[in-house]
Amino acid sequence: MTSTATDIRSSGAGGLRSWLERYPFLPALVIVVALLALNGIFSPNSLSFRSITGLFSTYIALIMLAIAQTYVVSAGDIDLSAGATLSLVNVAIVVLMERWGGGAGAVLLALALGMVVGLACGLINGIVVAALRLQAIVATFATSIFFTGLALYVMPVAGTPAPALFWRTYGGRLLGLPFVFYVLAALAVLLFLMSRTRIVKELLAVGDDQQAAYQTGLPVVAIRIKGYLLCGVFSGLAAFCLTGDTASGDPLVGGKMTLYSVAAVVLGGSALAGGWTTVVGSLFGALTIGLVNSLVFFIGTPSEWQNFVQGLAILMVLMAGVLAGRRARA
Amino acid sequence: MSTLATFFRQPLVVALILIVALLFLGESLSPGFASADQILRLLIVASLLGIVAAGQNVVILGGREGIDLSVGGVVSLSAIIAGNVMNGADGGILPAVIACLAAGAFFGLLNGLGVTLLRIPPLVMTLGMLGVLQGLLVVIRNGIPSGRAAPGLSAFVTQPLVLGIPGIIWLWVAIGLFMAFMLGRTVFGHRIYAIGSNEHAAYMAGVPVRLMRIGLFMISGMFAAIAGLCLLGYSGSSFANVGEQYMLSSIIAVVFGGTSLAGGRGGYTGTMAGALLLVILQGILTTVNIDESGRQMVFGATLLLLMLFYGRGRAMRA
Repeated sequence: MTSTATDIRSSGAGGLRSWLERYPFLPALVIVVALLALNGIFSPNSLSFRSITGLFSTYIALIMLAIAQTYVVSAGDIDLSAGATLSLVNVAIVVLMERWGGGAGAVLLALALGMVVGLACGLINGIVVAALRLQAIVATFATSIFFTGLALYVMPVAGTPAPALFWRTYGGRLLGLPFVFYVLAALAVLLFLMSRTRIVKELLAVGDDQQAAYQTGLPVVAIRIKGYLLCGVFSGLAAFCLTGDTASGDPLVGGKMTLYSVAAVVLGGSALAGGWTTVVGSLFGALTIGLVNSLVFFIGTPSEWQNFVQGLAILMVLMAGVLAGRRARA
Repeated sequence: MSTLATFFRQPLVVALILIVALLFLGESLSPGFASADQILRLLIVASLLGIVAAGQNVVILGGREGIDLSVGGVVSLSAIIAGNVMNGADGGILPAVIACLAAGAFFGLLNGLGVTLLRIPPLVMTLGMLGVLQGLLVVIRNGIPSGRAAPGLSAFVTQPLVLGIPGIIWLWVAIGLFMAFMLGRTVFGHRIYAIGSNEHAAYMAGVPVRLMRIGLFMISGMFAAIAGLCLLGYSGSSFANVGEQYMLSSIIAVVFGGTSLAGGRGGYTGTMAGALLLVILQGILTTVNIDESGRQMVFGATLLLLMLFYGRGRAMRA
């Protein structure tokens, strides 16, 4: 009788485990659903289509940045300059759009150049960390200071507005649906295509055991540089979304977002040590941060206590994320 | 020749050479930069950073990706607590010291418990704690006035005490001696290196690894608290997030001092030189006449350049 009970339990745990293995973002999804429900209980209005749209348009930049961070974390690295990269791309595209007159051509060309800026930032980080073998935490902190300096050079003070064409499109509707949902759909397709490529597996292999990856013949340095390049691309995309949302340039806008992007990655269930990550989880992790912030507001926390309760709640879910992720991997 | 080469590759020697070089550079860019008064001012600023870095140093030495991102929050919190407890009266200094140390130890304890009992990676745990601390700062700031430093504390930090040198620099020297003694001569110190280089072996040898690690985070919290108290003395009154700048610069000071982020290797004497190096570099950048953007670009690029002087990771070999 005892053995049957054990069997059932172990098979149950094994079933759950295999589910978690296949869908590592499940714990994060559960947290997001729970937070949505709580938001709905305390403020039914918060589940309306309008509010959900608002949630996505506010937090999609953080979602993109968290995904950017996930690719470097996969290889066991970290990028503390992701936020500074976002700022730099933000001011660069705003200045370029304005200088070129703000027409459709100008906007597209500026976005293309913004992507080049993001890639260049990623390349610099990749060279510094992977090729020159500096420690990722301190090296990317140094590059973040450099990128912030560049952003301040491009736009010394915040406030230059983005052309109306750009933010009206981003904040508007297309065929009756808010534009932000098209961005989400495009992101989903992009992530799906990415998951089919070799690079994600290679990044994870390097993050799991760099030495072993090297010995099986993987070009470890090149792979880590690619991770930073991907990070640069998604930081650039994050900057596009942020610019669409704020409709202006700010050379310091991304600074605070870096640590949130790291937190979102952990909240999503990825291991910071690398080798075990989930981009979908990071998406939910970023949403968790947004939902915690709104929930703290909806339950009527006095304004001076809001930051504290948010900090405490995020610390709690961070711990839960780490523990759940570990269980899945064990 | 090879001994000479090894000598010049020691992080402490590298840092000292760079410090002298930067002082010469500063003096040539703006005469008076390396005057006795200026150097004392730089030393005061460096001692604040150096005290924070002492705690950061032991946490990093303890290994297992040890790092404390919450030090900045503790510095700010401690500055507020100290300002309120003493509120401009010398009699309040001792209670303020006790209150700050208790607060620092408390948040260090929480970090340590999270890292050991729940096995949360230090980066995540202390990042989360930073968020909590920042929230707490907002609460405190709304509830009570920010408070003022006692004249005695301000004098300790800014006025000459013995031999024309301010008390805080003596305090820093004392901390340096204490750290050298602790890391080099005590069982506790040796155990820090032991758990930092091979936690499992240390555990098998009977080192109370968990207690040690909790202790390291508490030490880090208390050093950050002392720095916060002194920072209040330096600036007279505390303002929001005064400590934020110390979060990553304390880590850089440790790295410039030759302590490996992987743990188990390094020491505090190098970190002191690292802190001084960082402060002199910032000092030069504030004296030369370039705008903020140029200053940040040069600072970032110089940091990268300096990092190349220190231990780079090993190349992959089959």
